[in-house]
Amino acid sequence: MTEPLVSIRGVHKSYGHNEVLKGVDLEVQKGEVMCILGPSGSGKSTLLRCVNHLERINAGRIAVGGELIGYRRYKHGLQEMREKEIVAQRRTIGMVFQRFNLFPHLTAKQNVAIGPTVVQKCPKREAFQRAEGLLKDVGLGDRMDHYPGHLSGGQQQRVAIARALAVKPTLMLFDEPTSALDPELVGEVLEVMRRLAATGMTMLVVTHEIAFAREVADRVVVMDGGVIVEQGPAKGLLSNPQHPRTQAFLEHVH
Amino acid sequence: MTTSSTASSTTSASFEDEVVLPRRRYGQWLASALVVIISLLVLKTVATNEHFQWDVVGEYFTADTVLAGVARTLQLTVIAMVIGLALGIPLAVMRQSSNRLLSGFSFLFVWFFRGTPLLVQIVFWFNAAALFPRVVLKVPFGPTIYSADTNSLVTPLLAAILALGLNQGAYNAEIVRAGLLAVDHGQTEAASALGMTNGQLLRKVVLPQAMRVIVPPMGNETISMLKVTSLVSVISLSELLYSVQAIYQANYKVIPLLLVASIWYLILVSVLSVGQYYLERRFGRGYGALRQIIVQEEAS
Repeated sequence: MTEPLVSIRGVHKSYGHNEVLKGVDLEVQKGEVMCILGPSGSGKSTLLRCVNHLERINAGRIAVGGELIGYRRYKHGLQEMREKEIVAQRRTIGMVFQRFNLFPHLTAKQNVAIGPTVVQKCPKREAFQRAEGLLKDVGLGDRMDHYPGHLSGGQQQRVAIARALAVKPTLMLFDEPTSALDPELVGEVLEVMRRLAATGMTMLVVTHEIAFAREVADRVVVMDGGVIVEQGPAKGLLSNPQHPRTQAFLEHVH
Repeated sequence: MTTSSTASSTTSASFEDEVVLPRRRYGQWLASALVVIISLLVLKTVATNEHFQWDVVGEYFTADTVLAGVARTLQLTVIAMVIGLALGIPLAVMRQSSNRLLSGFSFLFVWFFRGTPLLVQIVFWFNAAALFPRVVLKVPFGPTIYSADTNSLVTPLLAAILALGLNQGAYNAEIVRAGLLAVDHGQTEAASALGMTNGQLLRKVVLPQAMRVIVPPMGNETISMLKVTSLVSVISLSELLYSVQAIYQANYKVIPLLLVASIWYLILVSVLSVGQYYLERRFGRGYGALRQIIVQEEAS
């Protein structure tokens, strides 16, 4: 097996006295789609947010592309990096949020172009061309000049995916991308993610969409109480769960 | 009448040409009449009472001294608001800092300059020489770079600018802070996840959205500042109020000259209000026009 794109080892994370991650080990291969399932409060969103250092970890280490995320080796432990270094690492990792978090004062096209122009110092013309291409890819070629407030939830989330892709990341993180959507809008977002997976993008997806996980994910991880209780190939794990807590969770979701 | 509920679908055609009338608002008509009568009475008094001395108002309205006062008032307002913003934004950002020293400093600055009367601050800066006879800029334990007599350095204009600017900085800090707090935390996270630095996400994402919340109270403050500059007349700085005071102390025509000043203040405030309207429209992009767009789309 080649070196994994994402390597998570012994990660602990606490908010005050509340330990939400209690030693998580996980590897994601390049080009792999991995879904993280689990009841709410199991720590799956926190784990995802540690991967691009939106959260600091208390112990363990996370590496993407062989590079430690957010920390450098210092004497016998780790020290948090400077802002510039952290920011540079985040540019290789795209993230899509549950509540979209589009910039409401910018149009769809400006939302997608802001990453390339501000972060990558890409010329405006080129950035907008890239934005137009990406918006067409997610089926929003006719909504490019709309403000987020004038788009449906599904359309906003598709813009958010285009925005994350605009800085050409090597890894995409999805934090419950369809949980805030009306049921009839979930399909259009999952369709965009399905097509993205088909292009070979490495994706780490926190979701409650079991059907999506079964169809698109290569592997599935089930978390509960801050630890991974079971992981394995999507189809096998979902149709034949071994761990009692996985079985209980899957029964509740269905 | 008894069949109205069942007949609605079959005989709807017969109802379609019935007229729909709004309610009759007798109270509103009465109140409107009263307002018109009162307004006419006030206008008549103002126009016919010769003690207003409108001819004197006209005579002094564009006098050189008055116009110079108008210019000085505008200059003070602009400079004080620019200093106020230049101080307010960093103070608001510092107040949000996780570093206790920085947030504490910002808190104390606002506490002091908002907590003492502006009139006292103006007189204080004017008399700064009593406290610090000389202003000296030097490298600690090293050579002196600059040294001056405070009395000659702090002119009435500089004292006014310092007092108004620092005081406004304290108020603006709170307005900017309210604007920053109004921006959803998810916006900062999304910008961070894209790889923006704190400075970039503040400039490109947070402040533009905060402006929507900041502009209305900031317009209020600017209008307030325009009139508050009249306080510096106590240190003999010839802004608009002091200019007319200087005239009426010579000719005793107090009322018409105060009218001259008041009309100028009203004109300047009106111009500022128009500016505020356009600023609000600029920073409201992406928010307000939803209803309009729905109407357009339904029409097409």
